[in-house]
Amino acid sequence: MAEIINKATRDSYGETLVALGEEYDNLVVLDADLAKATKTEMFMKKFPERFIDCGIAESNMMGVAAGIASTGKIVFASSFAMFAAGRAFEIVRNSIGYPHLNVKIGATHAGISVGEDGATHQCCEDIALMRTIPGMVIINPADDVEAKAAVRAAAKHVGPVYMRFGRLAVPVFNDEASYKFEIGKGIQIKDGNDVTIIATGLMVNEAIEASKVLKEQGINARIINIHTIKPIDKEIIIKAAKETGVLVTVEEHNIIGGLGSAVCDVVTESVPVPVVKIGVEDQYGMSGPALELLKVFGLSAENIVEKTKYALTLKK
Amino acid sequence: MEVKMEMAEKKELSVIACRVRMGAIEGIFHAKSGHPGGSLSIADTLTYLYFKEMNVDPKDPKMEDRDRFVLSKGHCAPALYAVLAEKGFFPTEELKKLRKVGAMLQGHPDMKGTPGVDMSTGSLGQGISAAVGMALSAKMFGKNYRVFAALGDGELQEGQVWEAAMLAGHYNLDNLIAVVDNNGLQIDGKCTDICSPEPITDKFAAFGWHVITIDGHDFDDIERAFNEARQVTNKPTAIIQKSVKGKYVSFMENNVAWHGAAPNAEQYEIAVNDLKAKLAELEA
Repeated sequence: MAEIINKATRDSYGETLVALGEEYDNLVVLDADLAKATKTEMFMKKFPERFIDCGIAESNMMGVAAGIASTGKIVFASSFAMFAAGRAFEIVRNSIGYPHLNVKIGATHAGISVGEDGATHQCCEDIALMRTIPGMVIINPADDVEAKAAVRAAAKHVGPVYMRFGRLAVPVFNDEASYKFEIGKGIQIKDGNDVTIIATGLMVNEAIEASKVLKEQGINARIINIHTIKPIDKEIIIKAAKETGVLVTVEEHNIIGGLGSAVCDVVTESVPVPVVKIGVEDQYGMSGPALELLKVFGLSAENIVEKTKYALTLKK
Repeated sequence: MEVKMEMAEKKELSVIACRVRMGAIEGIFHAKSGHPGGSLSIADTLTYLYFKEMNVDPKDPKMEDRDRFVLSKGHCAPALYAVLAEKGFFPTEELKKLRKVGAMLQGHPDMKGTPGVDMSTGSLGQGISAAVGMALSAKMFGKNYRVFAALGDGELQEGQVWEAAMLAGHYNLDNLIAVVDNNGLQIDGKCTDICSPEPITDKFAAFGWHVITIDGHDFDDIERAFNEARQVTNKPTAIIQKSVKGKYVSFMENNVAWHGAAPNAEQYEIAVNDLKAKLAELEA
């Protein structure tokens, strides 16, 4: 059996930026004194003339990114999700979103899995915030293979993109050779007709693990990976709602405003089936090792199994 | 350096600035809302920039190596629109449609919809960051264009202005010139009564900028400042212009009530007459 490799998607981000730096001579990378953590340092070392450390000033960094993009460059601006989407929200909205400038926000350290740094740094609100910006593309990759493909797609896409990466090393489950990424296209990982589990980011792998346990208990769950939260793949969701009659959503984000809400937005207007949302239940995080915290907040295969069985009781 | 502008040229700029003021007031009057005070205080400098200083082409608004202008005090869009119309970026008839549904001219500058607008602004403190980005881009990619920005003095209360100022100083952006329109008034009253931005010159100097103080309604002074800024190396330049909010409209001058209010028909007539008188005086 092949050995499972664990890798943080922020590393995939940093590595892909270096590769893209070779391919695009108009690509610029910005950071706000977190280049070591966001992994943009790799780009800085290779292309120092196209890297700017804006210092600890995320709001200004987003405005600077907008200005550079307005001169015809592709700009990747990085910080932790809390500061990129949280602190700089209004600048992202007004200086990047409104003029639809070609800025790619590489937001690392998203979610509870930040771990020991605790609540102030565990951003579970970024997807909700970014979803409200018209024209913003939001991508939340699940593993290394997907993250690399997402960064490449973001560079090609014309317009603002918000990419969400993790600090924690997570299993690489996608097969690089056969994997295909398209912005806005969900991926059905496993077929099933009893229930559909729709997951995003590092929860996709947990959903796969949960489906194995469910299978042993005679429950055949369909698994869908939604890497692009906006624009969301309505087709794959509606099809799943029609064919399986009940949905479970799983995300490392507040259950308010994230994937679960986005899925509800789709089905309530077309196929109103029960949707059980798994995520951070409108709470702040806390300090602790990432893997322990994920369990504490119910972001585990065990909880997915339990909630899926509950979801089945709602199925008409 | 001290050679004064030719009289004829100064008169021509003054005449254009007067028409710009009329255009701004006309737009605000028809829109029944907008910001006349700060539009009138920045009108002379905007006129100078577009008619004397900047390398721009109204026939090719997106010309790659053009100089850029960012109206960080975006609420003064009526003055910018009037200057752009005078320069020929779009017909002056557009001014009357300011702020109306479906109009090209939005309440605050929209780079996607308006030819000649280089950055969408309006949320204070953000434009200067974009201007820093444009100037950094020129340095990174070996371009010679320059970037101009106009800020309000009240706007300096936004912390982001100083984040931007720090970065511009750090990167020695001598291709960046920021004008601070120091008319001393903001919506709620005098800047110095609310949260004083003073001493403005010392603050910019402390962030590593070359600072020039001028009278924002004296074209000789304005020209001196921009000529001096051209000579500055390794530092961004801040031009702090003392100005009069509501300049050349009698009842608006130095009156905070005209920060963000439109004149009624009667007031509009007085304003137009004030400006017509000014124009007649110039053309006499």
